Amino acid sequence: MKMLTLTEARLLAREPLALFWGLAFPMALLAVMGVSAGDVGGVPLVTIYEPIVIAFVSVVFGLQGLPVQIAAYRERRILRRLATTPAGPARVIGAQLIVSLTVVLAATIGVLAVGRLGFGVPLPRQLAGFALVVVLAATATLALGLLIGALAPTARSAGAAGTVLFFPLMYFAGLWTPQMSATTRHIGQYTPLGAAAQALRDSMAGAWPHPAALLVLGGCTLVCAAAAARFFRWE
Amino acid sequence: MTAIEVEGLTKRYGAKVAVDDVSFAVAEGEIFGLLGRNGAGKSTTVDCLAGLRVPDHGRIRVSGHDPVRDRQRLRHVLGVQLQESQLPDKLTVAEAMRLYASFYRQPEDIEHLLAQLDLTEKRNTRYRKLSGGQKQRLSVALALIGRPRVAILDELTTGLDPVARRDTWQLIDDIRNQGVTIMLITHFMEEAERLCDRVAILHDGRVAALGTPAALGRPTLEDTFVTLTSRAMTSRRTS
Repeated sequence: MKMLTLTEARLLAREPLALFWGLAFPMALLAVMGVSAGDVGGVPLVTIYEPIVIAFVSVVFGLQGLPVQIAAYRERRILRRLATTPAGPARVIGAQLIVSLTVVLAATIGVLAVGRLGFGVPLPRQLAGFALVVVLAATATLALGLLIGALAPTARSAGAAGTVLFFPLMYFAGLWTPQMSATTRHIGQYTPLGAAAQALRDSMAGAWPHPAALLVLGGCTLVCAAAAARFFRWE
Repeated sequence: MTAIEVEGLTKRYGAKVAVDDVSFAVAEGEIFGLLGRNGAGKSTTVDCLAGLRVPDHGRIRVSGHDPVRDRQRLRHVLGVQLQESQLPDKLTVAEAMRLYASFYRQPEDIEHLLAQLDLTEKRNTRYRKLSGGQKQRLSVALALIGRPRVAILDELTTGLDPVARRDTWQLIDDIRNQGVTIMLITHFMEEAERLCDRVAILHDGRVAALGTPAALGRPTLEDTFVTLTSRAMTSRRTS
């Protein structure tokens, strides 16, 4: 398992595009918001965008990275080949989850550092609640990614499905319209990324994340993971 | 001792019978060929032997293990080279070898195996940059890295140039001389004649012939193969 995880980490390190979108781009985006020094109703843009950017990180790895990897491993009969070894095919998926989760946490710390050091955005005041939401947001998107990977017949279709889902999910997180109408915000809180962005915002401001948001994220994780396990095809 | 035992193996996909009451046994240290046209049931037989599919009927033992019930123990003693199975593009030869070696309790020495398969110079080359023959040899190396007692090699010389094919034949001989039982799945009759101690010819999911290439091959194995597996023969048999 250690060797598999190490191998998956090494392979990710060789994907400059994935690292750009997952690591460099979120930090750069936040920096642009910081430099532009705009504000909405007195709140600096950089402060508004920090939780959205953190939610974006899990979407990149969970929805764009993981499903394509899984579908490609199935398409190229790598999972089938592993099924004939003592390791079995499930562990390589486990290794990918470990690597993805680790990179999401690293990118989150990177975004927090850019916000704090570059633009004086305070670190999360409710740190335990914040950490919980980051982990739940990651598990929810990774579980959704597993489900796409389970259902998509090819790497290409997995990539397309991830991209199609990316837009509505990130819309409700507020990536394009951080100031959402009351109705949109109301609908958004029942979507995983909308709930995540709101809970991240609350915990950064010092409040414990709303139980409903935690429930949405936990529920999304459980339902998607169970469905992925149910529908998974190794070949 | 018998390395592979197959008795009355039957596997259906819906209404289609892929493998129909197939029986054969492979002795330890033997090179056994499984021949047949596309769709004859070779791959399904291999899948059942490797524990990738559950047979509908029949008894299978590989080194004494039931591929379904003793799957985990089977995986330690059986090395499989699967058709069209690839590796991640950016994984290097040595990394793939180290990864697969980590799956087994007492793996083969990586450098030794790389040298044996003429891959030492390619050890730091990524999978994507390997030639077809090199990929094929790496696939064989990965099938052998766990020091298997039985190796199943599915179409291992398909796509190789004549020189590479001859080299691979030599390699198969060497591996057998180390005491490994080998099951070859091949379309090349010359290869079966040159390497196999015995062959089974599958046709429409059944064993059409079983024996040494010399006994079956009158005048050549290919003639026998074509006679047994051509459509005309099928209609004659069923009428």
